[in-house]
Amino acid sequence: MRMLIRRAGLAAFLLVFALFVVGPLAWLALRAFSGTWQYPHLLPDSWTLKWWTQVLDSADLGGSIRLSLVFAPVVTFVSAVICLPAAYAFARYEFPGRRFLLVALFATNAFPKIGLFLSMAGVFYSLRLMGTFAGVVIVQLLGTLVFMTWLPAAAFSAVPRSLEEAARDAGAGPLRVFFRVTFPLAAPGILVAMILSFLASFDEAQGTYLVGAPNYVTMPSTMYELVVNYPGQVAAVFSVLLAIPSVLLIALVRKHVMSGALAEGFQLR
Amino acid sequence: MSGLVLRGLAKNLGGRSIVEGLDLTVAKGELVCLLGPSGCGKTTTLRMVAGFVEPDGGEILIDGEPVTGLPPERRPTAMVFQNYALWPHMTVFGNVAFGLKLRGLPKKEIRDRVGEALELVGLTHHTDSRPAHISGGEQQRVALARALVLEPKVLLLDEPLSNLDAKLRVRVRDEIREIQQRIGITTVLVTHDQDEALSVADRIAVMNTGRIEQLDTPSGLYDAPGTRFVAGFVGTMNFLDGRAADGSLHVGETAVPFDALTETGSDARSFAVRPENVVIGSEGARAKVIREVPRGHFREVLLTLDGAPAQLRSYVPVGAPAVTGEVRVRFARVHGYPDAEV
Repeated sequence: MRMLIRRAGLAAFLLVFALFVVGPLAWLALRAFSGTWQYPHLLPDSWTLKWWTQVLDSADLGGSIRLSLVFAPVVTFVSAVICLPAAYAFARYEFPGRRFLLVALFATNAFPKIGLFLSMAGVFYSLRLMGTFAGVVIVQLLGTLVFMTWLPAAAFSAVPRSLEEAARDAGAGPLRVFFRVTFPLAAPGILVAMILSFLASFDEAQGTYLVGAPNYVTMPSTMYELVVNYPGQVAAVFSVLLAIPSVLLIALVRKHVMSGALAEGFQLR
Repeated sequence: MSGLVLRGLAKNLGGRSIVEGLDLTVAKGELVCLLGPSGCGKTTTLRMVAGFVEPDGGEILIDGEPVTGLPPERRPTAMVFQNYALWPHMTVFGNVAFGLKLRGLPKKEIRDRVGEALELVGLTHHTDSRPAHISGGEQQRVALARALVLEPKVLLLDEPLSNLDAKLRVRVRDEIREIQQRIGITTVLVTHDQDEALSVADRIAVMNTGRIEQLDTPSGLYDAPGTRFVAGFVGTMNFLDGRAADGSLHVGETAVPFDALTETGSDARSFAVRPENVVIGSEGARAKVIREVPRGHFREVLLTLDGAPAQLRSYVPVGAPAVTGEVRVRFARVHGYPDAEV
């Protein structure tokens, strides 16, 4: 009897969970293929592919997709170049202000981004970064800093020092130790950080729009225009398109991702 | 010729002296144990020889060449770590071959030498296994093969047996000693286990608070502990506070006769007697038997001396008649030390 109640509870929980998580996604997917869809009906009244052809044929929209696929890898790469050495330093060296800096990284995520972007815009104008490729890269970098530092730092510090010492002992210099031992062992954590950074850059809309428009309009910033100027179904098509890279990436690397890699990120001291 | 020389080696950490003015000479092919309680500086000493810790003073010579300023990768030493420190992302072969690959040896030679090293430790059937998939004892042997394959001049073993269960420990211990003697490599082994030190070492350096208290062969150390600390750390010992006079040890209100006394310094206050030197017989001081414990090839008898707050342990051969109740004891051999406490 108790078993039954527990089962029913679990089923109810899963149902609510599915409704909240899967529900909107399913609605979005259906809407992308719907002609008209009036209020009381549970399914669309008619089906059509015209929104898809409209999106894919439009030069503007296709261009923004391509642009997003350029920015995301560039931002991820630049972020890795900047943050991985910092992550290593956080993991392996004790220096004054270490903890303060580590926590300060969160500050970029602690405030509403739009305020930060507005003040950045002022600086960008005087540096002539508005409407430039570099400007967009910099603004997108902001959202990746925390992932790219905390997760790899945790991954680095999870590599036992004795493994590095054993490599030194066997005749490897510090650089070789890093590339042959430390890096391969920290790779799963770094991979997770890179995926999250890729997605953060891919989904970043506000800052990109503010800095990049009208020269660089990526997929998420196009969304803003779509919602205002096109029928809702076009936005739905676009949302589905935006979700594809996330789903693909996560599916692709699931097996490489250490179960603890994310959790480790918050065990840094 | 000496394989390894430590001269006036010193290390301070956080204002505390970890190792101070340590001198040690290890002959070529000799196995010396650094034995001591945790925090005595034995591991720090070993890590200074390996190059992981920079000494604050003194020098290290290997085969007469100074290596004090060299980084670990340029020293002719190889270390077996306490937790083995095998690289989990490489196979057993990859682990052993790592150092040889760094040296840019031809593929065939690497294969041959790794094969020989794994054969030496009896692990050829695990060549392609990952470290996580073999047992602790096997991991230990891979670590040993990884160290030996580089043909180091000095082999360093940091508590190599502490992670193994009791039975395996004895077996791997004997294997390490056997391999060490077969290839005749100069070896320093760090341990806190006196049993381990006594059974594998040519000589043992007993360390305490950053210094070597005594450096001697296992039997020398056991038969003639030079300080109260060594007496307490190596083997089992009975300790009695009192005075020696007229061939007897005066403890409390009683006096136990002894046959031989070795005194360190004059005016000894603290005395040490091995259990096998506590002789139960028809003459001597009065004592009571508390209980008898069979220990396999001998029996351990627990006694209290009449008129003294002291308990004694005595070893009795298995064949000897049982002892109970009131008995008399004397000491065959007593060591005297000036300091009462350590």
